[in-house]
Amino acid sequence: MRHLLDTKTLSRHDALRILDVAEDMRDTQTREIKKLPTLRGKTVVNLFFEDSTRTRISFEAAAKRLSADVINFSAKGSSVSKGESLQDTAQTLQAMGADAVVIRHGASGAPQTLATSGWISAGVVNAGDGTHEHPTQALLDAFTIRKRRLGADSRGRDLTGVAVTIVGDILHSRVARSNVWLLSTLGADVTLVAPPTLVPQDVSAWPARIRYDLDDALAAGPDAVMMLRIQLERMNAAYFPTEREYSRRWGLDARRVASLPADSIVMHPGPMNRGLEISADAADSPRSTVLEQVANGVSVRMAALYLLLAGERDTTNAEEAAR
Amino acid sequence: MSTPTVHPRTVMSTADIARALTRISHEILESNKGPDDLVILGIPTRGVALADRIAALVSEFGGAAVPRGALDITMYRDDLHRNPTRTPQPTQIPAGGIDGKTVILVDDVLFSGRSIRAALDALQDIGRPAAVRLAILVDRGHRELPIRPDFVGKNLPSARQERVNVLLAEVDGAEEVTIAS
Repeated sequence: MRHLLDTKTLSRHDALRILDVAEDMRDTQTREIKKLPTLRGKTVVNLFFEDSTRTRISFEAAAKRLSADVINFSAKGSSVSKGESLQDTAQTLQAMGADAVVIRHGASGAPQTLATSGWISAGVVNAGDGTHEHPTQALLDAFTIRKRRLGADSRGRDLTGVAVTIVGDILHSRVARSNVWLLSTLGADVTLVAPPTLVPQDVSAWPARIRYDLDDALAAGPDAVMMLRIQLERMNAAYFPTEREYSRRWGLDARRVASLPADSIVMHPGPMNRGLEISADAADSPRSTVLEQVANGVSVRMAALYLLLAGERDTTNAEEAAR
Repeated sequence: MSTPTVHPRTVMSTADIARALTRISHEILESNKGPDDLVILGIPTRGVALADRIAALVSEFGGAAVPRGALDITMYRDDLHRNPTRTPQPTQIPAGGIDGKTVILVDDVLFSGRSIRAALDALQDIGRPAAVRLAILVDRGHRELPIRPDFVGKNLPSARQERVNVLLAEVDGAEEVTIAS
């Protein structure tokens, strides 16, 4: 693996490999000494042009647990606010010897640009770009579903026959897009539920079913219900009349949780708007995997960094030959 | 790399392997003065199969069940960046852990000693054994580190470029040790 940019082009083989390595990483995280020496001497740059708490911290924890050096870069208070271009920022990081760049950017396709531009030789991990993709989030979601269903038996298995319902702001959600592609690659059956105004224009090519009524979708008895955050910062138009109406029609409350099959799980990528898309009792119920998702996120990101950085690379070989 | 020009020569048969493992198991019991506080850990892939067999024999001869497990060393290797990315294998440590125990590391071939160096590092992150011993099916020499085995199935003088191949029924479907130049 050279980069991790999206889940749309990720093969079933590569996806399972990341999930299986994440299983091994998860095992090491239960030990007293959680740090592995694997990426000693490698430098991982967290390049965050958008705000993020858990994704950045998760990547930072993952890199540190593998003994990589981490440089955090956020656009606020950096030269980006003075107008520096992505190219100049990237070339600066290249000159500093970054081995991997974890990038979050408001523009869809920024990680792709970074990976293919030739500005840097580092591996690029997409940590969320615009409304395009957020591949490590989808991988940790798939990992969490697999772990809950198959437990210690997870290695090598996909999600064939698992029904996943994703509810909320599909239009703006990179998490939804990454999940649609990855879950269907892994054999799951994906249903999207949203108000008509929050469904993208043309979803005919998506491997997913679209529904508009949450109660109908839940009556089908999904194995996992994934609630998406209503991204108030992107709500620059009137997509639904009031928050209260949204909450009543598309929010997950105790009554709807109770209508689910006994072993189905409730997921949320965080941060949650409690009382809007998910009620407090749904978020805190034993079916909720919110905190498991956070813990699994570190394991999945360790796996991604390991697969990107541990093996031989054409570029590092050239550097070593010069030494 | 030179391709093998001579057909592989069998240096250990199924019966030879069985006899060697039986002897190693007795030697482990002898040096440990019984089966107490032993933990037998195999290094994937073939070391795990060998560890399973040795643990079964030691349990049988010693009259008490000896815990066994697997110790993956992928994350601790010093040659990761020289090879295509390796896929780690599961590490399984017995419920009792390894603190204060005598750990017997088991691998199929001892060559440079670098795998064992990695295994010692991996072990250190899991606990603090009272002692660590090394059991090897084939010692082919050419050590690059000050590491020596405690229990050896067969000493096999070899040239550096020769290839020693261990096949085990559990992993390969066949069982023998061969050497090819």
